[in-house]
Amino acid sequence: MSDSVFASVVQAPEDPILGVTVAYNKDQSPVKLNLGVGAYRTEEGKPLVLNVVRKAEQMLVNDQSRVKEYLPITGLADFNKLSAKLIFGANSPAIQENRVTTVQCLSGTGSLRVGAEFLARHYHEKTIYIPQPTWGNHPKVFTLAGLSVKSYRYYDPSTRGLDFSGLLEDLGSAPSGAIVLLHACAHNPTGVDPTSDQWEQIRQLMRSKGLLPFFDSAYQGFASGNLDADAESIRLFVADGGECLAAQSYAKNMGLYGERVGALSIVCKTADVATRVESQLKLVIRPMFSNPPIHGASIVATILKDGDMYTEWSVELKAMADRIISMRQQLYDALCARGTPGDWSHIIKQIGMFTFTGLNTNQVAFMTKEYHIYMTSDGRISMAGLSSKTVPHLADAIHAAVTSAA
Amino acid sequence: MAQLLRSGCSGRVLCSGAVGAARSMSTAWWRHVEPAAKDPILGVTEAFLADPSPNKVNVGVGAYRDDNGKPVVLECVREAERRIAGNLNMEYLPMGGSVNMVEETLKLAYGENSDLLKDKRIAAVQALSGTGACRLFADFQKRFSPDSQIYIPVPTWANHHNIWRDAHVPQRTFHYYHPQSRGLDFASMMDDIKNAPNGSFFLLHACAHNPTGVDPSEEQWREISHQFKVKGHFAFFDMAYQGFASGDPERDAKSIRIFLEDGHLIGCAQSYAKNMGLYGQRVGCLSVVCEDEKQAVAVKSQLQQLARPMYSNPPVHGALIVSTILGDPDLKKLWLKEVKGMADRIIGMRTALRENLEKLGSPLSWEHVTKQIGMFCYSGMTPEQVDRLTKEYHIYMTRNGRISMAGVTTGNVGYLANAIHEVTKSG
Repeated sequence: MSDSVFASVVQAPEDPILGVTVAYNKDQSPVKLNLGVGAYRTEEGKPLVLNVVRKAEQMLVNDQSRVKEYLPITGLADFNKLSAKLIFGANSPAIQENRVTTVQCLSGTGSLRVGAEFLARHYHEKTIYIPQPTWGNHPKVFTLAGLSVKSYRYYDPSTRGLDFSGLLEDLGSAPSGAIVLLHACAHNPTGVDPTSDQWEQIRQLMRSKGLLPFFDSAYQGFASGNLDADAESIRLFVADGGECLAAQSYAKNMGLYGERVGALSIVCKTADVATRVESQLKLVIRPMFSNPPIHGASIVATILKDGDMYTEWSVELKAMADRIISMRQQLYDALCARGTPGDWSHIIKQIGMFTFTGLNTNQVAFMTKEYHIYMTSDGRISMAGLSSKTVPHLADAIHAAVTSAA
Repeated sequence: MAQLLRSGCSGRVLCSGAVGAARSMSTAWWRHVEPAAKDPILGVTEAFLADPSPNKVNVGVGAYRDDNGKPVVLECVREAERRIAGNLNMEYLPMGGSVNMVEETLKLAYGENSDLLKDKRIAAVQALSGTGACRLFADFQKRFSPDSQIYIPVPTWANHHNIWRDAHVPQRTFHYYHPQSRGLDFASMMDDIKNAPNGSFFLLHACAHNPTGVDPSEEQWREISHQFKVKGHFAFFDMAYQGFASGDPERDAKSIRIFLEDGHLIGCAQSYAKNMGLYGQRVGCLSVVCEDEKQAVAVKSQLQQLARPMYSNPPVHGALIVSTILGDPDLKKLWLKEVKGMADRIIGMRTALRENLEKLGSPLSWEHVTKQIGMFCYSGMTPEQVDRLTKEYHIYMTRNGRISMAGVTTGNVGYLANAIHEVTKSG
């Protein structure tokens, strides 16, 4: 047998986020709690497939005329149009003027990667500014795409809120034309979002410096419970007539996690530019996966194009968002009741699936070891993984960590 | 973590530090973007769809059609889908994909009783069909054999070149197709293998070479494998047509089995697009044979590191269909029967096309139509002849003269043969 040409390959470290679930699965404790990965759980701690999604799936299965042919490189056309409408608004002038190109991609990750590869090839500025902190996978996505990554201040640990002046300063000193990654809503991992006024200031600053916005929208509808409200930041930018990129994911808001459904939209100055940009996006996609998977996109399109199903979806979505908001309140109340030292109001001020607790790595390790609580070491907890039954256990764990661990 | 910004001018004219309207808002970022060339293969279908002619024939893209020219969803797939729908959740798969699906898929390529499987020496991850598997391997090759190049056969599936290029792996080519005989240029191929530097990486089509349909014989595969041993070359097999070529998946994997018998540590891309008709589901697998289990664990972890920033984890639906089918003996039997059915129909069309051309009194030899194997026939027609076929007869194919036999039916084979005869009869 010949020697392997890959004999020197060392084992890669576990992905910090997905590795949490791996560790959780190994744990035998009956009180273990998985607050790691951002996947929604019901009050019973179970994954949820939305009713409207099941309905759509059944429709697809029962439709004997459906085939499994390759989609076009850009994906399912209906899906693309409907996704653009969802994020930019049905009456968006950018859409009506055909200035938007939308391509189906593999959920948020895939949309970001395709967009970044396009920028690395065709955009004059190869630096992207990402908020500090951000989703763990962001830096690698952009680096592998060929961009260089810098960061801008975002989270203020002392207030557990937005470091707005730091943000303005850092974006203000970015080179003209630089790309800026913005979380459209429900910032991951902190749950800290700019206010409407702050978004307007950010917009003005960015446009005056010619900074290119690249939105990551993974939680539309999931943050506030309202699809339009959660898209306000993006629409603000599109309304001024300027250009931007937007990566959309249906993993959370439609519960389609494993189906990998997402879309990348690029808003351009003119329809002609949008057409040319789309043709170049195809050249990025073809050598990556040729064309996107059909199943999940078909489910989304089925739901979005039917008025009743759309309404049903928005109701189920609001219910998920409401449950999370309720968990926030319950956890906050539980910590107050225990007299846990510190100000925990950020738990109810932050928005979306995650809470950046402010706990340090020692405290997190303590909670894992002593209380079988699984979370990422940056202190992020997925509120979606909590239930009324498990809130007390978590509150106990946090209380113990804060009062005993460093 | 990345640096914070240093404020101040970088020397750029526009960087004044002031928040003024230094740049006009009407600056369009993408004005310089050129329209990209249409994909040669997928562009054919686009053109076909736009053609209003009632006689139009699509023998372009390699997607199977039944004898009525209709796409097919296999019975075993429909049944699997019925079982899946409404049952399971849609949670993220692990980064490496569905463990069940991967296990079953490896059995197909490596053999049910393969020692490699028993000894856990194969690093394998679910991939986005064949394209995704090749791309993941190319990225892995770039990262862990950074000085290597890839030798690609001439001709090959056009997207192979794009894949390794986007992975930034330098490419070389090796002789493969022999235009005069419309067969394998074995002597030149062996020369190229011998002359390549020791330890070179080669892309091989396991069976049903795309676009030529020309495969080495078993004897020739043995010689190739032997020469690879002598040179210490790395063999990467792209197997997109297992079962589809001869109708027998075991037989179609022969080339791979020969290399494994000889002790090669190969890489392999597998796709279910054609042989399970799961095209749009994007289901495939990338595997890399390692020296031992520990190495396989390491390699798999690194493959996952490459998948994570590309798409995080692969789509679940198609994988569930595959594992449902392959995990159920009855469904698997049904699948094998249906695959054979597809392969047989294609073999039947090859015979019909050749017979029709010979009956028309074509001065040329069409023996290659039945000698070649798999979905494609490399007709030998020139781009100009192909253009005539399209313009005059509304027959759509790629300009390299590749005919997708899956698009040929008893209903159109006569029309097709006649058209080919008309544009080629003058030589």
